[in-house]
Amino acid sequence: MQAREELEIQSAKARRSKKWNNFLHMVGNHSLLIALSAIFIMPLYLVIVLSLMSKGQAETRSLWPHPFVWHNYVEVFTAVPFLKWTLNTLFVSLMGTIGTVVSSVPPAYVLSRLQWKGRHTTFIILLSTMMLPGQVTMIPVYIIFSRLHWIPSFLPLIVPSFFASAFSIFLLRQFFTSIPDEISDAARIDGCSEFKLMMRIIVPLAKPAISAIALFAFLGSWNDFFGPLLYIVENEDLWTLGIGLNAFQGIHHVDKNMMMTASALFMAPVILIFFFSQKVFIEGVTLTGVKG
Amino acid sequence: MSQARVVASSPFKKKGELAPPRRKLKTPWLFIFLCMSPWLFGMVFFTAYPMISSFYQSFTKFNLIESPKWIGLENFHRMFFEDSDFWQALKNTVWISVISIPLRIAFAMFTAWVLTKPKRGRNIYRTIFFLPSMVPAVAATMAFTYIFNPAYGPINRMLEAIGIKEPPFWFLDPKWSKWGLILLGLWGIGDTMIIFLAGLLDVPTSLYEAASLEGASGWQSFRYITLPLMTPVIFFSTVTGVIGSFQYFTQAYVASGQVNDYSHSMYFYATHIYFSAFRAYEMGYASALAWVLLVITLLCTLVILKTQKRWVHYPNGSLFK
Repeated sequence: MQAREELEIQSAKARRSKKWNNFLHMVGNHSLLIALSAIFIMPLYLVIVLSLMSKGQAETRSLWPHPFVWHNYVEVFTAVPFLKWTLNTLFVSLMGTIGTVVSSVPPAYVLSRLQWKGRHTTFIILLSTMMLPGQVTMIPVYIIFSRLHWIPSFLPLIVPSFFASAFSIFLLRQFFTSIPDEISDAARIDGCSEFKLMMRIIVPLAKPAISAIALFAFLGSWNDFFGPLLYIVENEDLWTLGIGLNAFQGIHHVDKNMMMTASALFMAPVILIFFFSQKVFIEGVTLTGVKG
Repeated sequence: MSQARVVASSPFKKKGELAPPRRKLKTPWLFIFLCMSPWLFGMVFFTAYPMISSFYQSFTKFNLIESPKWIGLENFHRMFFEDSDFWQALKNTVWISVISIPLRIAFAMFTAWVLTKPKRGRNIYRTIFFLPSMVPAVAATMAFTYIFNPAYGPINRMLEAIGIKEPPFWFLDPKWSKWGLILLGLWGIGDTMIIFLAGLLDVPTSLYEAASLEGASGWQSFRYITLPLMTPVIFFSTVTGVIGSFQYFTQAYVASGQVNDYSHSMYFYATHIYFSAFRAYEMGYASALAWVLLVITLLCTLVILKTQKRWVHYPNGSLFK
């Protein structure tokens, strides 16, 4: 009897110490995670704080705006053609997104849902173009566009996206492959044409993957700097946010605090989009192993 | 009993009756061709033709206005024996690859590993860690060159506050500018981290339980369970890291524009191609540079591929099933 009691006391002690241990572990883990979070947040926090400082204060290494100059967010639209840059970027990104989605779904469908001779080879070629450094094709492509008299204009930034991106095809294909074949077989037995099958059955089922490639395409062109640098830099009316922002230091009446205001506004849409659709992003990255 | 189940699962086949011959579907070649045509067109005009064309141009002198003039191997001779900028760019690129690829992998694995720990709140932390990788490179670079500025950026003030007497001048100091870029890259680790996180969550917990029953320490179970199972992800990030660092451009270009990088400490291979092609308009020479870049990345990838048998473990056989 006594032995049993002792055992119970011991096991209660063990349970308590285990609980205590778990608690300590939890505290340790969360402190580490909070510290890391602080590091990741820090630059974004500093950008916002600096963007709200006066010109004088922004050059004093201060950590808190005094006073808060909310007016910066109005002034940035008059100091530089910020609205025009935003609209230009938005236009290029939206057109690029439409182009990518429209042109990448059919190849992905054919590469995943149909059996045909040469499919495997085509897919391997597609994968290898994904690995090809853009620098190798950059110059002749530039020459093609300049012969077409498309430089400077938005066309070189938009038109190529209507000819499918290997990355989007790859992501969509991975997703299409996971849809059971029976669905297609049933539709085919009912006499459904391939086109209808693709548009009416597979595309609606693949909405998550399609929104993933749309998001990646949108952010890809929103964040793109190299394309605009090649094709639109010569005409200031066509400048995108990236080009405009990079030119900031050359514009004399623009101050450092304003630069941060503009950066904050440039980041804002991306951050908003991300908060509302992070699941799509994270699944997209996990599915393919790459971003954009 | 088992017979009944077979009958139930195949509607065409009754006992003793042959299944009707499966109607072979005709391959819809026209449909396939139409669907593939956007990609095919892009492949021909934006990949295949440009590759052939730039290969040819790499043996020519070409300034966009006059037609290309064949000069044989002169571009390559100039690159290796006369162009000090080429060596500077190559040195910088190799330096940053060697330092930043292992650092990125270690940091991504560490942040992912920390994320696997908590029972609650993982998604919030994951969002915070992932977010910076979405920020436009131009904005991120401008922010970094500003906040790391020794005269008016707050970072050095914080470093001084925690007892670092003479914090580096970061982007303004040729010795430290690349470290600034590396920090910028580590800040945007999110997408790599997600892949590592997916890999870590895939490791069966039973393996860890077995190890702890056998009395393995935390380090041992990391070394002999986690690390081997993560080698495919490490392998993948190494390959994409090498390819990526030879195309590293935007951050370096923006940063060196912000701080007037006279000493070329942030002059990388992709920068050299850009300047040769679109500032000096030496299209032939730039094409030669681009082809050398392709050869270098291919060689690096091949070397990593060759060694993979020795250190990469695929639990289900090959990556390309």
